Amino acid sequence: MNLTIEVNNNILTANQGDTILDALNQNGLSVPTLCHMKGLLPTGACRMCVVEVEGRKNLVTACSEPVLDGMKIKTHSGRVIESRKTIVELLLSNHPDDCLYCERNGSCELQDLAEDLHIRERRISGQKNKYKLDVSSASIVRDPAKCILCGRCVRVCEEIEGVSAIDFVGRGSKTFIDTFFNHGLNLSTCVNCGQCIMVCPTGALKEKDHICEIKDMLSDPEKTVVVQYAPSISVSLAEEFGLASGKNMVGVLNAALRRMGFNFVFDTSFSADLTIMEEASELVHRVTTGGTLPMITSCCPGWVKYAEEFQHDMIDNLSTCKSPQQMMGAIIKSYFAETESISPENIYSVSVMPCTAKKFEQQREEMSHNGISDVDAVLTTRELARMIRLYGIDIAKLEPELADSPLGTRSSAGKIFGTSGGVMEAAIRSAHYFITGKEMVKFQVKGVRGLEGRKEAKIKIGDLDVGVAVVSGLKNAEILMEEIRNGRKDIHFIEVMACPGGCINGGGQLIGTDDEAVKARMLSLYDIDEKDAIKVSHKNPYIVELYDKFLGKPLGHKSHHLLHTHYQKRFVN
Amino acid sequence: MKTTVQEILDQYQDSGRDSLIPILQNVQEKLGFLSEESVIEVSKFLKMPASKIFGVATFYNQFRFNQPGKYHVQVCRGTACHVLGSATVLEEVEKHLKVKAGQTTKDKLFSLEVVACIGACGLAPVISINGEFHAKVSTDTIKGIFDDYKNREE
Ligand code: SF4
Ligand code: SF4
Ligand code: SF4
Ligand code: FES
Ligand code: FES
Repeated sequence: MNLTIEVNNNILTANQGDTILDALNQNGLSVPTLCHMKGLLPTGACRMCVVEVEGRKNLVTACSEPVLDGMKIKTHSGRVIESRKTIVELLLSNHPDDCLYCERNGSCELQDLAEDLHIRERRISGQKNKYKLDVSSASIVRDPAKCILCGRCVRVCEEIEGVSAIDFVGRGSKTFIDTFFNHGLNLSTCVNCGQCIMVCPTGALKEKDHICEIKDMLSDPEKTVVVQYAPSISVSLAEEFGLASGKNMVGVLNAALRRMGFNFVFDTSFSADLTIMEEASELVHRVTTGGTLPMITSCCPGWVKYAEEFQHDMIDNLSTCKSPQQMMGAIIKSYFAETESISPENIYSVSVMPCTAKKFEQQREEMSHNGISDVDAVLTTRELARMIRLYGIDIAKLEPELADSPLGTRSSAGKIFGTSGGVMEAAIRSAHYFITGKEMVKFQVKGVRGLEGRKEAKIKIGDLDVGVAVVSGLKNAEILMEEIRNGRKDIHFIEVMACPGGCINGGGQLIGTDDEAVKARMLSLYDIDEKDAIKVSHKNPYIVELYDKFLGKPLGHKSHHLLHTHYQKRFVN
Repeated sequence: MKTTVQEILDQYQDSGRDSLIPILQNVQEKLGFLSEESVIEVSKFLKMPASKIFGVATFYNQFRFNQPGKYHVQVCRGTACHVLGSATVLEEVEKHLKVKAGQTTKDKLFSLEVVACIGACGLAPVISINGEFHAKVSTDTIKGIFDDYKNREE
């Protein structure tokens, strides 16, 4: 606090080197922004954040202008408001008037801006945008007509994910966002992470809808409809119901899913435990037999596709384990079908995921057996929230219930999968036991916890010094892979998640998820781990039973057939 | 055998991303347009995502992304032509050829481009086909003009 500034006639302090926007925010003041993205360099492109600075002829963009000592700033002068208003009116002039039918009705930044700036008449009318919907992708639907060209999707895709599947195409009033040679997302490098949806202010980007089909299946008497939910779901729903971020709602979630008509409710954290059994065994196998190292996790389908496209030479480093979603799917249509005497064709298997890439993963051809797909449909957290409303379920009136046995019981190791570092920590706990025959003295692996994009740690397992790295955001993965390629040998095991912070910040999470919400979700997961009795996957009694009764042993014949997969190089642009 | 694009890239060995536009210009000069494959080659050479190069290239009117047809049709949208109805002319040409501006017909006979004033304002609205000007074009005359070119092929 070494600068003194005057804002709207109040004397305030500011930090040298901050932007005007930072200074305002620190003092509890705000101006609207559109192209600005926290943590990325400002571009000053949209001019929504303009303020008046005494002595300056033109309005200045608060997000990109450094604050100076003695600056006199007006954030809401008549001139400023008029300027912002005109920008929004121009955006509205070619915007399809589609709010009532729009995914983002009620959570749209363009609506908010129009409302906040008190735009209540049409002063500028232009030709409405007309573009084809891009429905080519298994995960994401793009509607360029609703795009207001803020550029946030382009930047997140390039700067956070290192993918650059989309860019501005054309110029002037004909500019829009598109893929290489207008081929559509499906044929692009897009890894389906959905981070572009999370930053999009409007309904121009959304997930592919699976609700309609699921609704039909739920009312089909022939079908046994089962559902699984990912580890992060129960701690990511609270905001939707006006509760504090991070609150664990697992009990009412089970109840709500049953009210909708799902016949069996399972917890993907159970199959996360299963993943750990296989993956930790695979790690031990690779370490002891001189297999390809570092081994890299394969539970994030965004990362897997990215690796297939951009890191071909690392494909052998990827664990062959399927993701928890797909392991659960395979077990449901084999073991569960057998024990319940239901034919796999009559099981409709749904998963609830924080993730849009899971919709892509579900339809990969490797993810089926005898022409029957292991998972039939995937709901994002957002779609789940919509379904809860669609079925008129009042969460506040529900009594907590337990998930169904046996695929609904988990250790807390499976639960922490939802946050960056969780898979790593869970795997280390079991690998330690597999190698030394003893449990770790302290289960927490502090070095891999937290929301930073890259974490590294050295862990002692018996006589071994194991080097581990955890990255989230694929740009961070790219950098790490380059280091490995250039000869780094001190890392043996790597966890990669496409979404910054992991699945608690997944591309299928509620719109409006911010840093605080992500942090609260992470803390909630670690709190569950703290309080749970069973903290290691190999002690989950139902996992032990599953191996005894059905699978045999980790990496065994049946596991290989049901729980492991392979990858393919992909050539896309 | 080196591809045409590789030969061009050889001349840019030590240069970086700032050579993108000259490289693309060079490629278009040799190939007549920017093919997908050529953009991919340039993207590998400059270590720049192909989507970004496509995005940048579409910003400039000079670049084409379709193989030019045997007859290259330019519809003038300059001011004089505009005043005398070039918008309707363009619409009619697009309808007739069943392509949009920037595209090439399936039989590769015609490619369509929209241009600014081509210096024949007295003849407005005007279209040029392989450099031949067609004056005072109207929705009624368009079919005849194109039939003429088609007949030359038979
Ligand atoms: S889903 Fe991810 S990879 Fe695909 S366009 Fe969006 S940000 Fe890029
Ligand atoms: S699609 Fe959404 S995020 Fe991307 S530029 Fe358009 S409005 Fe912005
Ligand atoms: S980090 Fe999680 S939510 Fe994001 S793409 Fe990967 S699996 Fe999906
Ligand atoms: S938010 Fe500052 S210019 Fe866009
Ligand atoms: S405006 Fe068309 S030729 Fe000049």
